[in-house]
Amino acid sequence: MLNWLRRPKYESVERRDLPAGLWAKCPRCAQLVYRKELERNLKVCPKCGYHHRLSGPERLRLLVDDGTFEEWDADLRSEDPLGFPGYAERYREAVERTGRGEAVLTGRGRIAGVPAAVGVMDFDFLGGSMGSVVGEKVARLFERAVQLGLPVVTCSASGGARMQEGVLSLMQLAKTTAAVGRLHDAGLPFVSVLCDPTTGGTTASFAMLGDVHVAEPGALIGFAGARVIEQTIRQKLPEGFQSAEFLLQHGMVDLIVPRAELKDTVARLLRLLRCPEEADGA
Amino acid sequence: MRSAPEERAERERELERLEQELARGTGAAEELQEVLRARAEALREELWRDPTPWQIVQAARHPQRPKLADYLQRLFTDVVELHGDRLFADDPALFCGLGRFLGEPVAIVGHYKGKDTRENLHRRWGMPNPEGYRKAVRVMRLAEKRGLPVIALVDTPAAYPGIEAEERGQAEAIARSLLTMAQLRSPTVVAITGEGGSGGALAIAVGDRVLMMQYAIYSVISPEGCAAILWRDAARKEEAAAALKLTARDLYAFGVVDEVVPEPLGGAHLDPDAACSALRDALSRALAEVQALAAEERLARRYDKYRRMGRFGVAAPSPEPHTPGV
Repeated sequence: MLNWLRRPKYESVERRDLPAGLWAKCPRCAQLVYRKELERNLKVCPKCGYHHRLSGPERLRLLVDDGTFEEWDADLRSEDPLGFPGYAERYREAVERTGRGEAVLTGRGRIAGVPAAVGVMDFDFLGGSMGSVVGEKVARLFERAVQLGLPVVTCSASGGARMQEGVLSLMQLAKTTAAVGRLHDAGLPFVSVLCDPTTGGTTASFAMLGDVHVAEPGALIGFAGARVIEQTIRQKLPEGFQSAEFLLQHGMVDLIVPRAELKDTVARLLRLLRCPEEADGA
Repeated sequence: MRSAPEERAERERELERLEQELARGTGAAEELQEVLRARAEALREELWRDPTPWQIVQAARHPQRPKLADYLQRLFTDVVELHGDRLFADDPALFCGLGRFLGEPVAIVGHYKGKDTRENLHRRWGMPNPEGYRKAVRVMRLAEKRGLPVIALVDTPAAYPGIEAEERGQAEAIARSLLTMAQLRSPTVVAITGEGGSGGALAIAVGDRVLMMQYAIYSVISPEGCAAILWRDAARKEEAAAALKLTARDLYAFGVVDEVVPEPLGGAHLDPDAACSALRDALSRALAEVQALAAEERLARRYDKYRRMGRFGVAAPSPEPHTPGV
């Protein structure tokens, strides 16, 4: 009992990783959930419906048909163009911990039979931040989609531009946006799935330029950080500010889709937008 | 023994005191004023021979630094301001209009920082709401329709971080403006004149040519914000300013800006006429260059320019997949 009282406060609001062990505590309803059950439930809390964050590979397993994903540009690696304090170490740590090279995975695959160019971001990798490599991979994703005549589906989860690459990160907003423009010119559709969280420069570039915007329930989506806004206007933010539901209400997303229905919904949208299915072995 | 930075800080303070006294009119005899002026000149010479990034940040934010209103007055004639995004409201923080540059009609967009607090309250310190960016898109499309070049003047701390801005889609408005500028058939020349504050600046700063005043800054985050994140201490803004590589010289080296426009020693506020004249020359040259290209060629080059931005490497091929934690 006393142990429980002494437990540091932040544990109850920590929403990044699930603690190790057999049981996981839901950051929203604070209930303990058997981890295997949580995994079976696509990391959605069976008690309150909270959508835990997914890593890039988890997101791919959710969205892309088994065995159809072909990764692109996995060999791109960030450098430290500014010689920014601590960046090289943090980057190395992220690579070692996740076993991945950057905060976005891109490639082609089938979504319930519909071929698409797919990009999924990894909040677990330096906050999903967009530096030169993320910008380059996203730009190439859109360019290849144009070459191959494929629609694009992105799942964003990102704190925005990567501070440690300075203005070069900022320029990735312009770069990715220009590439989205080429896809639009080619008449190919772009479904942008906004996951928790999508903020800053990622929202203010490719993620908000989809033909259809799909959000996960409860996802934080916005431009400015809540703390910055509070400091500027010197007032508390309303409940649910910058949530997916808030964006739906204000006309910024088309639909909110629970995780279990995401794949079918994206595939249905693509089919309705005349993206053909591909038969096995085609 | 005092350290070099301490000595430098002391001389900075002395110069500031002298500048204030001279601006106020010391009431001293002409000979004494002459001595003070000479001392100020010598100090400025010494301090600005190799300015620190933080010195440049201060020059970029100097209250007397020429603002959009000064440039409108000195660089353009026949200026007509256009108001409103046709969707929700007008945003005084982002100026849009038509005018003549060296006699030729152009569209002008620019962040509007005010001269004093009253004007700044009205202009929101040049921090646009979504309406501002949507108005800019509207006016840029008008320029495209009539074959006018676009001149964008950038000077903002950031896009406005407010509740209403988020409600009305600040991110979407910025993204849409970026997309418009990437695809606009008009020749576009951008000048970073003061503060280039992240996405709020970039939203109107995608162009065929991007010029940057010598003591302007352009960054993904303010030095204060960066210091707060890195060291949880906004007071270490001077270190952050150096780490962010936000000066015109740095940006030119990164290929993010195409040309650095020289300023009077110590900053444009010390001689606004000279600063405006240098900017006029640079704008006119850049505009002539990009106007000489066919639209398709110009768009292709613009795309390639932004497409090349960034620095990265390629991993050596590894025979086995990496296993984390081993």
